[in-house]
Amino acid sequence: MSRLEERIRAARAEGRAALVAYLPVGYPDVEASIAGMVAAVEGGADVVEIGVPYSDPGMDGPVIQQAVEPAVRAGVGIRDVLRAVEAVDAAGAVPVVMSYWNPIERYGVERFAADLAAAGGAGAITPDLIPDEAGAWLAASEERGLDRVFLVAPSSTDARLRSTTAACRGFVYAASTMGVTGTRATVGDAAETLVTRTRAVTDVPVCVGLGVSNGDQAAEVAGFADGVIVGSAYVREMLEGRGPDGVRRLSQELAEGVRRQAVRP
Amino acid sequence: MTSSAVHPTQERPAPPARPSWPDATGHFGVFGGRFVPEALIAALDELTEAYEAMRVDPAFLAEFAALQRDYTGRPSPVTEVPRFAEHCGGARVLLKREDLNHTGSHKINNVLGQALLTKRIGKQRVIAETGAGQHGVATATAAALMGLSCTVYMGEEDTRRQALNVARMRLLGAEVVPVTTGSRTLKDAINEAFRDWVTNVETTNYVFGTVAGPHPFPAMVRDFQRVIGDEARAQVLEREGRLPDAVLACVGGGSNAIGIFTAFVPDDGVRLIGLEAGGDGVDTGRHAATITGGAPGVLHGARSYLLQDDNGQTVESHSISAGLDYPGVGPEHSHLHDIGRAEYRPVTDAEAMEAFALLCRTEGIIPAIESAHALAGTMRLGRELGPEALLLVNLSGRGDKDVETASRWFGLGDRSEVDPGPGMDTDQHATEGAVASGDAVPGQDAGGVA
Ligand SMILES: Cc1ncc(COP(=O)(O)O)c(C=O)c1O
Repeated sequence: MSRLEERIRAARAEGRAALVAYLPVGYPDVEASIAGMVAAVEGGADVVEIGVPYSDPGMDGPVIQQAVEPAVRAGVGIRDVLRAVEAVDAAGAVPVVMSYWNPIERYGVERFAADLAAAGGAGAITPDLIPDEAGAWLAASEERGLDRVFLVAPSSTDARLRSTTAACRGFVYAASTMGVTGTRATVGDAAETLVTRTRAVTDVPVCVGLGVSNGDQAAEVAGFADGVIVGSAYVREMLEGRGPDGVRRLSQELAEGVRRQAVRP
Repeated sequence: MTSSAVHPTQERPAPPARPSWPDATGHFGVFGGRFVPEALIAALDELTEAYEAMRVDPAFLAEFAALQRDYTGRPSPVTEVPRFAEHCGGARVLLKREDLNHTGSHKINNVLGQALLTKRIGKQRVIAETGAGQHGVATATAAALMGLSCTVYMGEEDTRRQALNVARMRLLGAEVVPVTTGSRTLKDAINEAFRDWVTNVETTNYVFGTVAGPHPFPAMVRDFQRVIGDEARAQVLEREGRLPDAVLACVGGGSNAIGIFTAFVPDDGVRLIGLEAGGDGVDTGRHAATITGGAPGVLHGARSYLLQDDNGQTVESHSISAGLDYPGVGPEHSHLHDIGRAEYRPVTDAEAMEAFALLCRTEGIIPAIESAHALAGTMRLGRELGPEALLLVNLSGRGDKDVETASRWFGLGDRSEVDPGPGMDTDQHATEGAVASGDAVPGQDAGGVA
């Protein structure tokens, strides 16, 4: 079974959702960002999404853009990402790379798959790659036994939910709202509806991202999803200078949230 | 699926034959496609379906044709420019006058089509990106005409370079949002527009300004722009009894070039030449010559050539021309390049400005600096081909918006003596650079206009 799915099912066996933390490599620098990821794991993250900095992050809001821009300028690339993968693996969480497509294509799809597998990575999430365009990645991930996570959205038709989830392995990334990454005051009903619609067409675990920033929201999402993905809130800890300590504290709060019996508002 | 079943016969203008590309999923050979977040797929599907129905719908075609005639002022004329041609090795030069369109460039051709489509799919708000401001002005214009609300994203850097167009958009009732992320130019404006679209897709249509972006934009924008070449081919045949030897156009994203090329693609004897912005020179690294100096990759929703580094990061482009200052290019151009049907050549800032000055002085036509790149390419090609050659050039826009930039380039400033003269060289540019950096830059407070 896929490493991601195995970890998420293990959480489910404990009667809780998995906690998935996102941080980009290279902010404020490579070492410090890796320290942040390790702290996220120490605080209770099951999976770390290791972000590849990209110059044109069309799906990201201002918080993530702000952290990624200096990393791009500093020339952070896949090689640095692979070091982060090793560190997260050693810390005991499942590392999965989160990357817009062009950095992977430029590195070489087969080379990326080989190097990611060798570094101990479970697979990759590709927010601007739909399965329809993913021929080379489907083949390379198949060959290396890597997971591949594609996104579904509230606007996805049932037919697309079926075809997209059929290409997913590890988990399905349910983008909870129509919009870009960033913290939000409320998670919204669209997320639960989307999870329900997605579950109707696949047995692959469904994790929800976009907008979760605190323990209460994590608990709410944990009430209907297999995993809770948190990005901007972690990045804000780094941006505001609270570093690994802040990240660890946030992870602890979120880890408590995904274990709480969710109270639906 | 199409409404042709509903309107059976009667004076249906036959939809023009399209090239065999793209395929059903938007691929031009290995280029194009859709590289976007899943959240946008439904909107792109909706747009594709609505457009495919609309482009063969006689009611739409009639409405579109009437707007082009009565509002834009089509057909645009073809003008022979003999005094300019003296500097082109004696070749004969014909200009296709898109500068005479309402709003001053070819951009209006595409925007009227997409604005009609917006109404057809029942959306009330349009968004657009703009570099030079011409697409933004065209979109603001169409929005005013059709009663749509309009937001235009424009790199902060470009709002300074093209202050006049910022004012025009605001006068037309559009909201102009200066974009302060990344390089603060067109590529970042496109990122911001996509972010807006994914958030507001239920109410909003994205009116994309060039033949780039995810399917269906490259094919749809081409279809709306191909009127340039359809007209020009007939006009040249009628006045000359022959086809031109070459067709030249500047290439930013590539819409005016595809617009004039498309009708000539089946004419094997006609060379198609795209002029890219060479900035300070391709070997300096400071340029926007995407096909000449880039490599295939993915940017803004499609696979095409782009300027990128070893990490796959988009490299900032440089050009004196805001409308060409873009590190990507439409996928159909990448395909035309790869199959050898079109050639792409770089033109430096200095070469473009020389051609700019020359057209002003010899013909009384102030071109857009974008279009001046095509003129510079024409000067070079004319010298290569000699007096027998007949060259057709797309004059994609007029230069009103560029008067400030040109004045600074030529060091006109408040001097009374105005004589850049053809053949002025880079020394003058160097002198001018000192002038520009010492002076307050006019238009610096573009954000406050209107
Ligand atoms: C007059 C003019 N020509 C050309 C361009 C470049 O765009 P494209 O390559 O899509 O024609 C622009 C863009 O703003 C423009 O304003």
